[in-house]
Amino acid sequence: MPAGYTREIPQRYRLEAGKCKKCGAVHFPQRLACACGSKDTEPYVLPSTGKIATYSVVRVGPSDFMDLVPYVVAVVELDDGTKLTCQVADAAPEEVSVGTPVTLEFRKVNQVGGHGIIKYGYKAVLDRFVE
Amino acid sequence: MRDVAIIGVGLNPKWGELWDKSLRTLFAEAALAAIEDAGVDHVDSMYVGCMTSGLFAGQEHLGSLMADYLGQPGLPATRVESACASGGAAVRSAFYEVASGASDIVLAGGVEKMTDVGGDGATYALSTAADADYEVYHGVTFPALYAMMAVDHMNRFGTTSEDLANVAVKNHNHGSMNPAAQYPFEVTVEQVLGSVMVADPLHILDCSPITDGAAAVVLCSMDKAKELAGDRPLVKIAGVGAATDTIALHQRPDLSWLGSTEKAAKTAFEMAGVGPDDIDFAEVHDCFTIAEIMVIEALGFVERGKGGAAARDGLTALGGKIPVNTSGGLKSKGHPVGATGAAQIVEGVTQLRGEAGDRQVEGARRGITQNMGGTGGSSVVHVLEVV
Amino acid sequence: MVGIVGWGAYIPRYRIKLEEIAKIWGADAEAYRRGLQIYQKSVPGTDQDTATISVEAAKNAVTRAGIDPVDIGAVYVGSESHPYAVKPTGTVVAEALGATPDCHCADFEFACKAGSEGMFVALAEVKAGEMKYALAIGADTSQGAPGDALEYSASAGGAAFIMGADDLAAECLFTHSYMTDTPDFWRREHEYYPQHAGRFTGDPAYFKHIMGAGKAILEKSGMKPGDFAYAVFHQPNGKFPMKVGKMLGFEKEQLETGWLVPWLGNTYSGASPVGLTAILDVAKPGDLILMVSYGSGAGSDAFIWKTTERLKELQGLAPHTRDYLDKNQIYLDYGQYAKHRGKIIMNTG
Repeated sequence: MPAGYTREIPQRYRLEAGKCKKCGAVHFPQRLACACGSKDTEPYVLPSTGKIATYSVVRVGPSDFMDLVPYVVAVVELDDGTKLTCQVADAAPEEVSVGTPVTLEFRKVNQVGGHGIIKYGYKAVLDRFVE
Repeated sequence: MRDVAIIGVGLNPKWGELWDKSLRTLFAEAALAAIEDAGVDHVDSMYVGCMTSGLFAGQEHLGSLMADYLGQPGLPATRVESACASGGAAVRSAFYEVASGASDIVLAGGVEKMTDVGGDGATYALSTAADADYEVYHGVTFPALYAMMAVDHMNRFGTTSEDLANVAVKNHNHGSMNPAAQYPFEVTVEQVLGSVMVADPLHILDCSPITDGAAAVVLCSMDKAKELAGDRPLVKIAGVGAATDTIALHQRPDLSWLGSTEKAAKTAFEMAGVGPDDIDFAEVHDCFTIAEIMVIEALGFVERGKGGAAARDGLTALGGKIPVNTSGGLKSKGHPVGATGAAQIVEGVTQLRGEAGDRQVEGARRGITQNMGGTGGSSVVHVLEVV
Repeated sequence: MVGIVGWGAYIPRYRIKLEEIAKIWGADAEAYRRGLQIYQKSVPGTDQDTATISVEAAKNAVTRAGIDPVDIGAVYVGSESHPYAVKPTGTVVAEALGATPDCHCADFEFACKAGSEGMFVALAEVKAGEMKYALAIGADTSQGAPGDALEYSASAGGAAFIMGADDLAAECLFTHSYMTDTPDFWRREHEYYPQHAGRFTGDPAYFKHIMGAGKAILEKSGMKPGDFAYAVFHQPNGKFPMKVGKMLGFEKEQLETGWLVPWLGNTYSGASPVGLTAILDVAKPGDLILMVSYGSGAGSDAFIWKTTERLKELQGLAPHTRDYLDKNQIYLDYGQYAKHRGKIIMNTG
């Protein structure tokens, strides 16, 4: 059922998050309650640039991701300090290290065989314009 | 609250790929062994720890199933789930039921039948312990999550692949003395580093295996235990602690610090009135080699960042200052996820009774068990001691 | 006055060289290179399709335009390779940009002219005063049958243009469309790859329609080739756009800036639109630009653009098309290429 996928579109396509009005904590995805006790949050859009906080290279992956193996996955720390997990696309493992600057791009993240819906979302990419 | 003793323990004779044993048989075998060890003819209540029998075996509703197959129809029985910490959480639930006075004799156990699905099915089932929408969606596997914790630890504290490998070497050495261990062979640092890479920097020999198995313990009030113990050393649960952390690794301010373990241990230590220096041995959740390194830091056995040197320097080996995972750990003994937390307590009791054979920790009086779900999204800690 | 307020392109990083394809089919690489004037082509990542390429190109266009995506009144995506047979691409793009839900949206499929088709309609919507901004995209992950001449050219990339009435970077002075039913290239429903009519795709198809549209718009505008700083034509191979440009009276210098095909391949619906972005990246204010698209059996759309002073301010705000083309490519062998293009039969389920 694509209902669960559709529900996540604002987060996955547009990086829509939430911010606590009381303590300023950023929640991705948006939450009903903040750890500070406040239930007053407002919409907030994450920046799309940041750096690699940590990473790994998946060499044995789920069959849905077989076409990508080996692929780099990372925790990315965005410019505002928010962290998220995603793949690093088009990157050879040796190109990635902690601190490497990245930008989030719109990519296909997964698809259910040749029949199901195509699942899109964000992936990090390295700066491709450096000399 | 009244004092709670562990009066019986049970395991399958051998863990591993147990093709001829079903989910229900695995659990009944361990539970009946624990009941027999306790010397009782019935229990008042039961908690069954299991992570995801629905995905592994197409079976939920384990309270009903297991009571039936124990020959105790009608028994109040509940399945407890906290991912890979399900077994520990089941024991904690039983502890409070006895401590509160609600029941006198309670069985707590854990089980996982993992080999009825293929590798892809097992990967999927285990991945449900992570954040489905914000981690697993992106193709992140469990080895990759722990690998990312390892990279953080290595980057900040200089921990090396050899440090990780030394945990595997030590735990396989311990496991070689455990007849129930799934992989009781020894490994060398070279073998670990030469084994196939799963998720950099974790090799296959840095990972715990897919295992069928179950474990069970029988808890009862201290008064009742004194009647039942006979000549055997009596073991009590001196402290219990449980805590959670964010389910997604990326939500944590520190990517290689196990906050849930730190908090659970603090609670358990306070209840027991002891600290890390008072502990003689530990059974911890080494689902990956890096996990043991992070756990011994969070439990306070070593300073933050110093966990990498512990196995290499012999600190955590049998005969060391604080032997860790004398059973072989998840790494060598096996990791039937829902059973692991209960099996750690089985090993703890075995050590405290002085029944651990070649792997006995000399003079063991007090031990700790630490069981962890996901990447540390939940932790359960028990302090056990000889009365 | 209507025209372009923001433009952007996107080209995947992967490339395959013509020799690598020729090797597999035992073909004479040198003969193909001479015949097609193509050295390499772009290849999409396994995680890229027309929707992802469109989104990235459109994000660049939005950045240059400096507008709030909520103000985009229409999103049109022209492609021969929409990811779904049924379920639009444009809605994915509009959602990703944040242009939903108060937005008109349509996918165009009109051979290689689908991109310029969207540009044509977007301009018309703005000119009619129906909306403030309209977004038009031409993008493809082009199909070519293994071993066929098309396999040496069919590539991936796209371009996006935000049309508006104020703060233009380039004004659209004239348009002209010229079309007949000329079946020189087609793909039937449920077929993987298009078929083409060999040399029939030349004079009676490509050249007839581009010349028809080109001559008509020059006549309509009263302009001569010498008035233009740049011209860009549909570019299925290296030869055709240079030849048709010269036939219309343009010099090599006017054609080279938008002539990307020798290193990019044929991005089908993206071909002349991506060429136009490369021109806008470097043009000077007041330059005249002629663009003529072509789609098989679809005819040609011609546009005359005149750049404004504002152009200069926008050029540096997003990556240049030539940088996407030239920097840090990742070269694939044929096996990797076959995987990227889904040409390997997999076990399913």
